[in-house]
Amino acid sequence: MSESTPILRVRDLQKYFPINSRGLSRRHIGDVKAVDGISLEVMPGETLGLVGESGCGKSTAGRAMLRLLEPTGGEIEFAGQDIMRMKKRDLVPLRREMQMIFQDPYSSLNPRQTIGAIIGAPFDIQGVKPEGGVQKAVQDLMERVGLNPEHFNRYPSEFSGGQRQRIGIARAIALKPKLIVCDEPVSALDVSIQAQVLNLLEDIQDEFGIAYVFVAHDLSVVRHISDRVAVMYLGKIMESAPRELLYTAPVHPYTHALLSAVPIADPDRERARERVILMGDLPSPSNPPTGCVFNTRCWKAQDRCFSEAPVLRELSAGHKAACHFPETGGLNAVAVNAPATGSDFSAN
Amino acid sequence: MTQKNEVLLSVRNLSVSFTTEDGEVNAVSNVSYEVRRGQTLAIVGESGSGKSVSSLAVMGLLSGNTSHISGEVEFDGQQLIGADPEDVRKLRGNRIAMIFQDPLSALHPYYKIGDQLIEAVQIHNKISDSDARKRAAEMLDRVGIPAVEQRLDEYPHQLSGGMRQRVMIAMALINDPELLIADEPTTALDVTVQAQILDLLRDLQKEFGTAIVLITHDLGVVADLADDVMVMYGGSAVEQAPVREIFYQPQMPYTWGLLASIPQVHVNSTRLDPIPGNPPSLINMPAGCVFAPRCTYKDQVPNNLCETTKPDLEGTSEGHFARCHLSSTQRDAIRVANNIGRSS
Repeated sequence: MSESTPILRVRDLQKYFPINSRGLSRRHIGDVKAVDGISLEVMPGETLGLVGESGCGKSTAGRAMLRLLEPTGGEIEFAGQDIMRMKKRDLVPLRREMQMIFQDPYSSLNPRQTIGAIIGAPFDIQGVKPEGGVQKAVQDLMERVGLNPEHFNRYPSEFSGGQRQRIGIARAIALKPKLIVCDEPVSALDVSIQAQVLNLLEDIQDEFGIAYVFVAHDLSVVRHISDRVAVMYLGKIMESAPRELLYTAPVHPYTHALLSAVPIADPDRERARERVILMGDLPSPSNPPTGCVFNTRCWKAQDRCFSEAPVLRELSAGHKAACHFPETGGLNAVAVNAPATGSDFSAN
Repeated sequence: MTQKNEVLLSVRNLSVSFTTEDGEVNAVSNVSYEVRRGQTLAIVGESGSGKSVSSLAVMGLLSGNTSHISGEVEFDGQQLIGADPEDVRKLRGNRIAMIFQDPLSALHPYYKIGDQLIEAVQIHNKISDSDARKRAAEMLDRVGIPAVEQRLDEYPHQLSGGMRQRVMIAMALINDPELLIADEPTTALDVTVQAQILDLLRDLQKEFGTAIVLITHDLGVVADLADDVMVMYGGSAVEQAPVREIFYQPQMPYTWGLLASIPQVHVNSTRLDPIPGNPPSLINMPAGCVFAPRCTYKDQVPNNLCETTKPDLEGTSEGHFARCHLSSTQRDAIRVANNIGRSS
């Protein structure tokens, strides 16, 4: 991994959605800063987990880095090419190298097309003529993702959620891309089906060397599948690190709180552990707090956190955090310093 | 006063089916369970397992025109199935309350939060508007909603998802119910908010002694809150046991599959071991064990028994029941060989 160059390099990516006043004038009165200056790199064949709560901008970031949403600012380099300044038309041939898998297997497949047509569409759009014809290629793909190849004439409504997600995966890998942005690919699925799809994604990655940006809110799933993980909050990356470091020695208070909030499926462990319970809700991304965006919920916040936004800086090899007062000493140290567990919700 | 450990809700052989154009859908078949005062029973299962339908039937919330309900539901000695709907209505929202998954669709969008809470009080109690409002304010404060007076005059859309779920909980608990049915109460919420709500439920249970039926698909939530667990699959209860037994001594291959399917946040997992195949159609139920089509151990049972005969719910140890034809020696061997149920 070390000597190769990143397949995707994103610098200071921004995506603002304008807020206009009501009435005829529709004046621009502000922005929802969904993604507010994130930088990351993805190596060929690796999985970068992008994790955060709803509204943190992770899905928007995933789309903006493929220019499926037009970014407001920043740099995007894909396989060494600057795709930020590229004309949309020139981007088309590159699209076969970067694909997307969506969360909702119901709305991301055209109900009026057979799944043969859906999975074969990338060949037509890109003008690729696979050996042995499109139908054979489609059936090979169906077989590869665990669908019955004889079902190519059926419609999406005839398949279950897990099978539909396999259809979406077959479509995404049809042209052997180098990068797939997976936007919550398993969160609509039941746990037993979720495990099947996660295994399929891993197998396909091993086989074709595809890099994934895996956008998800489920920290357990992200830990399972990712090589590196970036934690987002209110449009910014709070912490990023190799998986092991992020989960065992997180330094950002938000990462601590997030990890601590996940219930462990092991009653003895779950009931014995100390929890950090955050107060309040996510602030609005149209009016984020000044200084550090996490300061409204952080138990360590001091004056500096309200005046100066921390930058994402490298604390140790590959481990970056945006915090003025990063934790040291791993997960247990925090349980002692953090506010007591319990139900003090009155503040905020 | 009432005793702890006394059985509050007793469900016997509950079956629910729906008539549809495609045929009879057997959503729940022959489910029995008990809930004791102050205890939490978690009903675990995937979509279509019948976990929600069974509790809607308990609440008397299924329309008699489309559904067929049989069996017995006894709440504190009172039979609810076949009872006068008016009698059941008097219990509902009063002694038995329910929280739904999606607070946005469970709260009325046109009415102020205060009015909805006040209605919930006044429908069961003869008290003045001002007293009811006072009670509503107290309850909102208790569930951790700041600026209560202002919130009472707001509409549901003005609150965040976590706040709305708190309003739902406040409304459910406002008449001090003995039984709370919580149907996926945290599924729509972010993890940090989920942690707040789970904590709140735990505290409120301690304070008011409410019994909880917790319906969920999340084994982490089960491990956190449950005293007893019922695992449902294809409309049947396939395993019932105290919470530690379910996680450390599971007896049924479907439960094994569930436990092996979930990645855990506190350890690096190498490869997941999913259950092959898909859940059964509730219209064409398998003739034998509901789980047989997906079970990898059915070949160990002679005479094709799993495919032909539905296993009974049999006791495997004190308070632990499982629906499986495998012998206990076979199950022990499989558990040891696959490292199932060990705490990691």
